[in-house]
Amino acid sequence: MTLFVQQLVEGLTSGAIYASLALALVFSFRSTHVVNFAQGEMAMLSTYAAWQLTAWGLPIWAAIAAALAISFAGGAAIYGVLVRPMTHSSVLQIVTILIGLFIALNSLAGFIWGYLMKSFPSPFPDWRWTIGEVGIGAEAAGIALLLMATIGALYLLLEHTKLGLGMRAAAAAPESSRLVGIPVNALLTVGWGIAAALGALSGVMVAPSLFLDPGMMLGVIIYAFAAATLGGFDSIAGAIVGGLIVGVAENLTATYVPGIGADLKIVVALVIIFATLLIRPNGLFGREVTARV
Amino acid sequence: MAADNRRKNVVSLSTAGKLALLAVLLGVIPFGLPSYMVGQFSLAVVYAVAILGLNMITGYVGSISLGHGAFFAVGAYVAAILMHRYGWDPYTPIPVAGLVCWVAGLLFGIPALRLRGLYLALGTLTLAVTVGPVLKRFTGVTGGSQGLFVGTPLAPANLGIGDSQWVYLFVLAVAGVMFLVARNVIDRGLRRALVATRDNEIVASVMGVDLARYKSLTFAVSSMYAGVAGAMYTLVVGYVSPDSFPIMLSLSFFVGAVIGGLTSISGAVYGALFIQFVPVWASDVDRALAGFVYGGALIAAMLLMPDGVAGLIEKLRRRPDDGRTGKTGSRKKASRVFLERCGSLAQRFSVSFLPKK
Repeated sequence: MTLFVQQLVEGLTSGAIYASLALALVFSFRSTHVVNFAQGEMAMLSTYAAWQLTAWGLPIWAAIAAALAISFAGGAAIYGVLVRPMTHSSVLQIVTILIGLFIALNSLAGFIWGYLMKSFPSPFPDWRWTIGEVGIGAEAAGIALLLMATIGALYLLLEHTKLGLGMRAAAAAPESSRLVGIPVNALLTVGWGIAAALGALSGVMVAPSLFLDPGMMLGVIIYAFAAATLGGFDSIAGAIVGGLIVGVAENLTATYVPGIGADLKIVVALVIIFATLLIRPNGLFGREVTARV
Repeated sequence: MAADNRRKNVVSLSTAGKLALLAVLLGVIPFGLPSYMVGQFSLAVVYAVAILGLNMITGYVGSISLGHGAFFAVGAYVAAILMHRYGWDPYTPIPVAGLVCWVAGLLFGIPALRLRGLYLALGTLTLAVTVGPVLKRFTGVTGGSQGLFVGTPLAPANLGIGDSQWVYLFVLAVAGVMFLVARNVIDRGLRRALVATRDNEIVASVMGVDLARYKSLTFAVSSMYAGVAGAMYTLVVGYVSPDSFPIMLSLSFFVGAVIGGLTSISGAVYGALFIQFVPVWASDVDRALAGFVYGGALIAAMLLMPDGVAGLIEKLRRRPDDGRTGKTGSRKKASRVFLERCGSLAQRFSVSFLPKK
């Protein structure tokens, strides 16, 4: 029983990280209706930026905050330069550009910082509590708290501010919003900026345990895809629920299903993605989209 | 009269060009270059077959597949296992690998092709990711992380050519057959059905194209091409391991297909040359530069020449007098085509940057 609860806790911890990257995917999806294949690499670059700031002497929380701001600007820039001109192109062209971005960003990190792993300082203290026989580290608790704070901030932004209302309108009905005078392009750009900042957050949370190298986010992004697919690509609640489910499923499958060790865990993501897309393509919380012929 | 002359010129240029091409392919490359470069060209030929398969499903049918490397890996491992465990020769596994991948492609394609656009891309990308771990897991069959070493074949003694030359000419012959089959089947027979499927599925189905069947069968054939290419990879390299088939391989095939020209047979050749030789040149400068060139070239190609190198060549060769200018015999110079593309690109940018008034 203890093992189960322990694995559950660890699954929820990784699930929180997948959830925040899935949130990033959802935010960029709402702007463009395309899955941002490069989200993980953007997050990786942001994490490198944070690392560089700490290497230059900035305290860790200041570095993280600065990296979030830089990522916001970077995400907005990428949207404006690469994605918005392609809004009316075919899916193939947009996917191709995003994959090009994926490859280019990965190499950019290798070019600037090299391929040796670097250790990333953890923003959380090194404590560990035990409840009964289950241990919870300060890291896990900190990640959970950060995620909840993020969700709270996003909720306040989207539901209780004019900016948030505008963003929701711009994502849901861009043409009508333009007619009403909402600056749709600016708001979609803000959406991508927020997505980039969310990605940076997930990168920073995962870096202390995974160690920083250009391939760091390659595994995480697959689970984030699974989480966003499961929850529905246009649903924020879905991203969070999906992320937690994927994290728990990954951990429990690795522990309890014979034959699937740590190596084959990724198959769980494959199964989740395919099962969701074939059974309930819009995910658990996504909206059904019907198109007129 | 002028038109007839020009047509004749085009034909004779083509014939002379074809002879020159054959001379290069059969003479210069295998016998004029050092061994290691012949090996690189052999790999380029192998990649061309793989990319041709990808062109079929992503270019002609329009279903984005980011998992092509997975079938390539399956083909390579089928050949390696047959050679390593069962002592087969290097040549017979090739059609076997093709068959296995045809079946695998059909099995995977039937459920997968019910997905659309970017969801299919996502699903196939995940397939590409799972190949490595699965290969590492079943150590008994696949040799695990260490891989399988099978060695490269020796040239037949009575031919009097070197080993790398023999391998190159062999894969070239197989590739030639694969390309011929593709050209005859696709460009003549199925092209209209497939492109109609890609461009407007609803209309295509109304017109009687059995979408599901065409898509699944094309996916199966495309995987078969990847499998044949994979088996040839084992023959050329002589060693397979899970690390030989990372996600980047699937993405490289995609890059090659796009840059070469997706809806074209010849595009596969340009794409293969790109993905084989650009990393070689770029890594002379800097290891990370290759990826940057890849990604940058992909983005540039999508913005400037979405039909790839093959499409650009086709545009330059086509007669520009479609009734509008009345001038016959003037060909658009490459620079004009390029400037026009830049102009339309700038237009798109200025539309997005200028504030709406």
